[in-house]
Amino acid sequence: MTLLQHRPPAGASDHPEHAEHHDEPTFVVKWLTSTDHKVIGINYMITAMVMFYLSGFMALLMRVQLSSPSGIGMSLQTYNELFTMHGSLMLYLFAGPFAFGGLANYIVPMQVGAPDMAFPRLNAFSYWLYLTGSITMLLGFLTSTGAAAFGWVAYAPLSTSAYSPGPGADLWIISLFLTGFSAVFTGVNLVATIFYLRAPGMTMWRLPIFTWNMLVTALLILIAFPVLTAAMVFLWTDRHLGTHIYSVAGGGVPVLYQNLFWFFGHPEVYILALPYFGVATEIIPVFSRKPVFGYKGLVFATIAIAALSTGVWAHHMFTTGTVLLPFFSLLSLLIAVPTGVKFFNWIGTMWRGQISFKTPMLFCVGFLLAFLMGGLTGVMLASPPIDFATHDTYFVVAHFHQVLFGTTVFAGFAGLYFWYPKMFGRMLHDGLGKAHFWTMFVGFWLTYLPQYVLGLHGMPRRVATYPAGLGWASLNVASTVGAFIIGLSFLIMLVNLWVSWRNPVPAGDNPWDGHGLEWFASSPPVHHNFEKLPPIRSERPTWDYNHPDARTIAHGHGTADYELVGAGARGASGAGDGTTDA
Amino acid sequence: MASLLGVTASPPSTSVPGPRDDGRGRRGTLQSRSHAHGDDVGRHAQRRRRLAGIGAASLPLLLGGCQLPTFYGYRGQTSQAHDEFLLYAGTVIAAIVVGVITGGLILWSVVRYRRRSDAMPRQFQYHIPLEIFYTAVPIVIVLVLFGFTVFTENKVDNVSPTPAVAVKVTAFQWGWRFDYTNQHVFVQGVRTDNPDPVGLNGNTCTASAPTPNDCLGPGLVLPVGQTVRITLVSNDVVHGFYVPQFNFSRYALPGVTNRFDFNVARSGIYRAQCTQLCGLYHAQMFFHVVALPPAQFDAWVTGSQPQPDQSSVAQPGTASAAGTAGTSGRSASGARSAGASGSSAAPSSTVAGASSGTTPTGPASTAPPASNSARTTPSTASTAP
Repeated sequence: MTLLQHRPPAGASDHPEHAEHHDEPTFVVKWLTSTDHKVIGINYMITAMVMFYLSGFMALLMRVQLSSPSGIGMSLQTYNELFTMHGSLMLYLFAGPFAFGGLANYIVPMQVGAPDMAFPRLNAFSYWLYLTGSITMLLGFLTSTGAAAFGWVAYAPLSTSAYSPGPGADLWIISLFLTGFSAVFTGVNLVATIFYLRAPGMTMWRLPIFTWNMLVTALLILIAFPVLTAAMVFLWTDRHLGTHIYSVAGGGVPVLYQNLFWFFGHPEVYILALPYFGVATEIIPVFSRKPVFGYKGLVFATIAIAALSTGVWAHHMFTTGTVLLPFFSLLSLLIAVPTGVKFFNWIGTMWRGQISFKTPMLFCVGFLLAFLMGGLTGVMLASPPIDFATHDTYFVVAHFHQVLFGTTVFAGFAGLYFWYPKMFGRMLHDGLGKAHFWTMFVGFWLTYLPQYVLGLHGMPRRVATYPAGLGWASLNVASTVGAFIIGLSFLIMLVNLWVSWRNPVPAGDNPWDGHGLEWFASSPPVHHNFEKLPPIRSERPTWDYNHPDARTIAHGHGTADYELVGAGARGASGAGDGTTDA
Repeated sequence: MASLLGVTASPPSTSVPGPRDDGRGRRGTLQSRSHAHGDDVGRHAQRRRRLAGIGAASLPLLLGGCQLPTFYGYRGQTSQAHDEFLLYAGTVIAAIVVGVITGGLILWSVVRYRRRSDAMPRQFQYHIPLEIFYTAVPIVIVLVLFGFTVFTENKVDNVSPTPAVAVKVTAFQWGWRFDYTNQHVFVQGVRTDNPDPVGLNGNTCTASAPTPNDCLGPGLVLPVGQTVRITLVSNDVVHGFYVPQFNFSRYALPGVTNRFDFNVARSGIYRAQCTQLCGLYHAQMFFHVVALPPAQFDAWVTGSQPQPDQSSVAQPGTASAAGTAGTSGRSASGARSAGASGSSAAPSSTVAGASSGTTPTGPASTAPPASNSARTTPSTASTAP
């Protein structure tokens, strides 16, 4: 941090040749060559959105197939490929990269007041690994034997060469190598950025919650993803080099795969969820015009969730008969405690606020309700006897879609609506945004509530057809209708993007009266983000700067950062009276 | 009560004479309910069972069993399943309470604190006693839930040292084999739309099941009121042994032998299916449980029960449409080696030998499940879409 203070401010007006040197090339060349975290972040988000729309389209195909017991004539193989790729695209290529590659890449350096990520070239490398990994996975559809068809978890021995021959499975495995390394590099980058590139005055207890969550997420990535990569290496050597790590015949242990996979897989759930918790925690205070309630408790809750999440993997394996049920049950149940703390933090933030329901806030309320339902059914599934009755049924499908759709889609698109003005300097249409929300909200509940009932009645997941006469068809039709309503909502989203592109409404630098440093930069920000910084005395420095009369809530020990930092600083004018609540 | 029951989707067969009241004080199953509607006898039986239920030292004493709505779940046709149901229903009630409070607070905030003016709200951020409160209360809730969980799972997972009947279940792509270890009988079937002939009271399965589709796949015939030990293995990939109305599933894992007990409470036909993705025909890997009164079960085992003529049972339309060729074979297989339990390789030679027994039923019954050829029997291969 001392170094930082001596660093010449990048992009500053008194270094014109410096700024000139970093002027971006335009359009395609810019996207191909940039190491700017903002360009890479947008690259990530666009790629992830393409994956999201592709994967959503696959989901609609599956819902059409399931709308009648015997289906619409889709072959079993096609169906198996579709749900495998739907899950893989959503979980590996959309939800994670959209958060820690897209939003975090763009926002975290700005929130800590840094000019870029700590390792810009590594950052670019991460993106290119991710893009090539995504293409690699999709290439499976072009092979003669089709894409991988063993589910996104790829349990051995089904995923070994004896039962899943063909290059589609290999492409899937290689894709996870590539995107796994991409995630690890991004994790390293985020950790280094947050630890070492914070602006003067930005202590750890003044980090915005989104950045805190990304720090914890990055640490979880470093814990979990190498295990996945190792599991994939084993799987690949079993397939091609004749090892017998997962095959009984050669003395291997198939259930080892499940242990390795879920040791990655459950932290992965929180790698997917925590960033979006952070997004919601950024948005709710802004639109409630209040600071986040229980800031430190929220940080501790996040850390507790991450810590517990590394010890709960076997709750995916309750029905294997090979795990110690009480231990994993207790830890899984305990995760409900910090999650509940988060809920009360969010409620406390809204409490006695002045809530304005712009599109991002609406999406956050949708997130709260969706995640509440998903979380409660998750507590039920943490109980082994209940899991015995519902494991691998549509009950589980409904549960994790409510959790993951609730977080990655509701909160994720809340983040997109929230930060889009910052990224592109123009607003998204609020009316269309609200239409998007309400359509999606209705579709969401209509899609997933019937699936809970289907699961309780015993409909297994990953089936292309189901017996007629059991009363499942009508529930499935309801779910299909809901899925198409969700699909419609994302067409509205596309219209919204198109409208904003054709008829731009300038956003200004700070359209929402935002809290974090990112709202202090211009929209879109200049190459190295900031020409000046406000004093940082709480987790919402921009808000403090814009509301000098309001009481500043200070965190940490630092006090008197009256000066604007960096060249072009305007001095202490209007920066508040330095009062803290000490 | 009838309205509560109405939410359950597929009631099993009624009109089954047999031990409806197994003396365990379990009540409120679909079957006993259907009797309670009409006749006083059923109502008295119900009351008896209710008293017994209250007396039983079962976990949710306060919940009482019968008065609980099903919440779309199954009340369970085994004693283990009923224990699970009580935990499930209690947990749902707790979840509804927590969900209504939390969701209510969210909606209240959203409605009450809508922006009404430009006044800056008070910028408060901490309330330590409140934060301690909303951390401590969930811990207590979770620990209580954990206590009930452990209590229930110990009962569900308990295996008796002296089971009355032992069945070794072997899952394979894409079918099931049920070996009655001590009776030297086996049933085997590939995914099949051809209903297994064994039903209730000498009827065919389709005649005694609520819907014909409850009879898909091979039949796992079990005695009512006795402890049945299931030993579950897999020959190839991971499968899921799942009987919805038993509220129970367990993986058939290659290399792992799982053991668990069922105490089936009522006779009936219970649909069942593989739940863990196991390859191309996973969606069609059905089986079903035929729970018979002990006398009928013994008759079935010894083969003295007159078997329905297979040709009259088979539905050529469905069988040929699906093109699947599973069937069940049963035989006195004295040749089989009793010590094969736990081995991942099923004794294929004895299967072939067994098919020469009493009811040879077709080529599929001779397909040795352990070998790759089981997945490529002509009948199966011909069904590739």
